[in-house]
Amino acid sequence: MTPLAEINTKIGSLPLKKPTMLASGIMDEDAGSMKRIINCGAGAIVTKSIGLKAREGYPNPTLIELEYGILNAMGLPNPGINNFGEEILKLKKSKTPIIGSIYGANSKEFIKLGQKMEDYGASAIELNLSCPHAKKYGLEIGSDPKLIKIITSSVKVNVNIPVFVKLSPNVTNISELAKAAESGNADAIVAINTVKAMKIDLDLRRPILSNKIGGYSGQAIKPIGIRCIYEIAEHVDIPIIGVGGILTGEDAIEYMMAGASAIQIGVGIYYRELDIFNKINKEIEQWMDKHSYKKLSEVIGAAHS
Amino acid sequence: MNIPKITKILDIRNEAKNVKTITFKYPNKSKPGQFFMIWIPGVDEIPMSVSYLDKDIKGITFKKIGNATSALYKLKKGDNIGVRGPYGNGFQLKGKQVLFVGGGTGIATIAPAVEHTVKNKNEATVIIGAKTKDELFFEDRLKKCGAKILVSTDDGSKGFKGFAIDLAQDILKKENIDSVMTCGPEQMMKTLLTYSNNISFQASLERYMKCALGICGQCCIGEGLRVCMDGPIFDGKTLKNVTDFGVYRRDSAGRKVRF
Repeated sequence: MTPLAEINTKIGSLPLKKPTMLASGIMDEDAGSMKRIINCGAGAIVTKSIGLKAREGYPNPTLIELEYGILNAMGLPNPGINNFGEEILKLKKSKTPIIGSIYGANSKEFIKLGQKMEDYGASAIELNLSCPHAKKYGLEIGSDPKLIKIITSSVKVNVNIPVFVKLSPNVTNISELAKAAESGNADAIVAINTVKAMKIDLDLRRPILSNKIGGYSGQAIKPIGIRCIYEIAEHVDIPIIGVGGILTGEDAIEYMMAGASAIQIGVGIYYRELDIFNKINKEIEQWMDKHSYKKLSEVIGAAHS
Repeated sequence: MNIPKITKILDIRNEAKNVKTITFKYPNKSKPGQFFMIWIPGVDEIPMSVSYLDKDIKGITFKKIGNATSALYKLKKGDNIGVRGPYGNGFQLKGKQVLFVGGGTGIATIAPAVEHTVKNKNEATVIIGAKTKDELFFEDRLKKCGAKILVSTDDGSKGFKGFAIDLAQDILKKENIDSVMTCGPEQMMKTLLTYSNNISFQASLERYMKCALGICGQCCIGEGLRVCMDGPIFDGKTLKNVTDFGVYRRDSAGRKVRF
């Protein structure tokens, strides 16, 4: 039976045919990989976080699988913004929005990166203000509401495409950060980045990751993500994109009920193959049909009374 | 869980100039062509094809090249390493008359497949190519298992003077080869693919790897083919559509580096 429910959504002015986006950092450093994910049913692609200069990332081990999720500290490897242009340009014909994730140490760097992404044809920009394991970047600036506001507003006035701000759960009060992004005119909030965590090898008595501390993602962090989205939704009016441990259609629905207009999938590809995008899209439709929802707008924010 | 398992080095053997084999206890089913992630604590963790695959004892054979392999080269019997895997698809052992071409340390990846082929009562012809005599290894091992061995060195210090690929072209013309398996420099493998025409072809590829679990995308080639998961063995049909095959790889920052 063809589904009755419609699962198209929009993030502010950006319409998405499917609500499942690829999260930054997963299979998104080159055009070929992103193309493959698009063919698996993703509604949008968020690129690897790109900086001004090429960066090698940390030595291995950079990623391990634990009982209930994935722990990683890649160290923001990326070819640098100038080398990355050709990867986005190759996707020009694709109708699926490409969202350029960028990281910088200050407003000036973010502006330059944002403008380049716009030139390359990105549909929107995601500011990585939340990487938990890179010195001088990510969370180190993304835990200060003032800096979030300054960086967001300075990028906003210098580009003409929507600007999303990706936030970290490794803070005392995530809604305060979301409010700072909103007051900097962000078009949407993306939450959550990974949760700071560690794994120690008992035989060697040392942390396994070369960076010692990493970011935890997958099933284990879903309740944290849901709570963050719910709290953010209570405090801001701009759209929210939910990410963190989404493996099934019901996980996606739960995020949407908490207030997410769209969701991102990352390490889910490890647990349910690359085709997880198609699978979750279908599961969302089936769930909606079964529960007599016709549009996602009826689901989004439904848990708030 | 997919984390390194700490195991002690059981034995170390010198195979050739700057080439060693390390064996360790790792009871796990592995196939020829699959690889492990080998953790040298405090240094790095790198992909290594399995070169010996007994039931309980596994081995890797490597050349001292970079930071990680140099550190591995210095380790002694009894030292700890971390092992996870096996990962990747491994060779599909098919064909009645199989041609194996191993260039440089590529023979380490090929060797277990040769032994399995002979064990399955199929014919194996192996070309071992190296720059010079001192860098050759596994000739005796593969002779002993019953494979037909041909050696080439760039400088002619042993066997045929020239490239392994020239020997391969000759054999493909003269003999009824129905399956080709190779590991070595990518341009060599690319040429071998064109020589192989419609014969079943499998090549083991090497790319800079981070997660080895198909998540990070660092080792992708073509249209999102993950060397760690969709490979490292790719068939000829697939490789014909991979525009980067034999042309460029990507470094640890994801920048293109031409071969």
